[in-house]
Amino acid sequence: MLTLNHFLILSLALFSVGVAGVLIRRNIIIVLMSLELIFNSVNISLAAFSYYLQSLNGTVFVIFNITVSAAEVAIGIAILVLVYRQRRNVYVDELNGMKG
Amino acid sequence: MTLNDLNINLASVLPQLLVTGLGLLVLVLDLFLDKKSKAALGYVSIAGLLVILPIAFVTVSPEASFGKMVMADPFSAFFNVVFIIAALFSVLISMDYLKKVNVQRGEYYCIMLFATVGMMIMASAADLINLYVGLELMALSFYVLVAYRVDERRSVEGALKYFVLGALSSGVLLYGISYVYGFSGSTNLAQIARYAVNGAGGNPFLSLGIALIAIGFCFKIAAFPFHMWAPDAYEGAPTPVTAFLSVGSKAAAFAAFLRVFITAFSGVRPQWSGLIWTLSAATMVFGSVVAISQKNIVRMLAYSSIAHAGIIMIGLLTYDTAGASSVMYYLLVYAFMNMGAFTVVALFIRDGGAGESISDYKGLAARRPGIAFLMSLFLLALAGIPPTGGFTAKFFILASAIDAHYYWLAVIGVLATAISLFFYLKVIFYMYMKEPDDYQQPLPEADFTYNVALLAAAAGTLILGIYPAPFVDMAMEAIKPFFNFLAF
Repeated sequence: MLTLNHFLILSLALFSVGVAGVLIRRNIIIVLMSLELIFNSVNISLAAFSYYLQSLNGTVFVIFNITVSAAEVAIGIAILVLVYRQRRNVYVDELNGMKG
Repeated sequence: MTLNDLNINLASVLPQLLVTGLGLLVLVLDLFLDKKSKAALGYVSIAGLLVILPIAFVTVSPEASFGKMVMADPFSAFFNVVFIIAALFSVLISMDYLKKVNVQRGEYYCIMLFATVGMMIMASAADLINLYVGLELMALSFYVLVAYRVDERRSVEGALKYFVLGALSSGVLLYGISYVYGFSGSTNLAQIARYAVNGAGGNPFLSLGIALIAIGFCFKIAAFPFHMWAPDAYEGAPTPVTAFLSVGSKAAAFAAFLRVFITAFSGVRPQWSGLIWTLSAATMVFGSVVAISQKNIVRMLAYSSIAHAGIIMIGLLTYDTAGASSVMYYLLVYAFMNMGAFTVVALFIRDGGAGESISDYKGLAARRPGIAFLMSLFLLALAGIPPTGGFTAKFFILASAIDAHYYWLAVIGVLATAISLFFYLKVIFYMYMKEPDDYQQPLPEADFTYNVALLAAAAGTLILGIYPAPFVDMAMEAIKPFFNFLAF
């Protein structure tokens, strides 16, 4: 029997993996994938709460969230393309033109 | 629930609708203009915003509309005016700036207007879903605007850093929202307030949710230690965008901060006041100290805006009408004085990075006395010297902190202000006391748009400093219902 806690633990695990990926990985593409992981971990917990609380707000929020994160990733990839055009690589630690 | 219970009241979102319409109009007009005359779109935007400004001022309806999602109260009207003022200034200085750096594409103004709509939605959101969508509309528009100079390495680098950290902060905010939703079973702020009362203080879902939401907002207002994106994004972005980012985005995040933390989380205040106290103190000190060592004027203003965020956060803590209304008043003043300083910066920046260094301001008083005087006025206002608005705003915030017995925070605030005098006065010292490095180097001429922006900003800064009473009363009236609501 799956309980709410199972979903919350799954969501927390995905969220942690996502945050670790954003902070640790060098490759911007993997950073973008980690961001998606974070958004989807939130979707899981929202959907789980929505189901167990029998309230529709969470489900509605998930739909909005999917839409917004699609727009977000589109802009992220557009910026990524700009970075690649200028530098011919997509590593976060090469982006050190500004200091202070 | 019938259709009537939803209370679909288009009048309550009239300013948002009008600004959206204006953005779409600009987008369509863009198709009919050739590359040389894109500045006309800027004038269209300004004319439109000037018409919408009084409408935003009076659009108030006491009832929450659209299924209790939107709250068009005096609070959101106040912030709508702040956002429109910020957008007016940014568009005004954009027209010449874009010509100067040779990126003349018409969608710029449209995206700027959409960012304004996002801010307005945030300020009037009475539901976390609505708040989040508004926040993302603002943030996505800003990611695009920061990257707008696509050939400039720093612009793209700043945009990528802003995007990654901004998206991470949205994720953290969302995760917090999901826990608050799980705790209270609703995303509506009034419903959450019903559950988040004293006895609920120990609930781990609620505590974690509140902490994560606070962190998400702190990213947007660039509070230490969530400020990392700010200096790089500010430096890389086109200067008018930087100005809009530092004023508009900060004001919008504070509007959301005030509404969420005062209406929804008021019952569990001991849970979050310690967190906000620490963040506020750390932000004030960090921003002022790091700004001292900056050589680039935009980075200096970025750290100064971090320090200002720390001081404004004091007003969230005091938890009375005095503190909350001084946050609103501070943001109004900040819109004028910071826009003024950035107008001068935008005027002197040339393509390729010349004019960005503080040492480029050497001897400015001899060559451009009027502009040097106005720049000094804005910098003194930012430092909090009377008779400018910066002084009254800081005074109200610190006075409310002392009234609420946050003595240490007030002491740290005064010390941070004293430290910040050092780097503001450095620029003034350079302008008035030093000889220019190179007399031959031509200085850009201030054309009509810059003069209008400078004079309007100076007038705003001085009027708010000399005669603050009506504006403070307006903020007081706007925030009062938040605290009345708690009595029930």
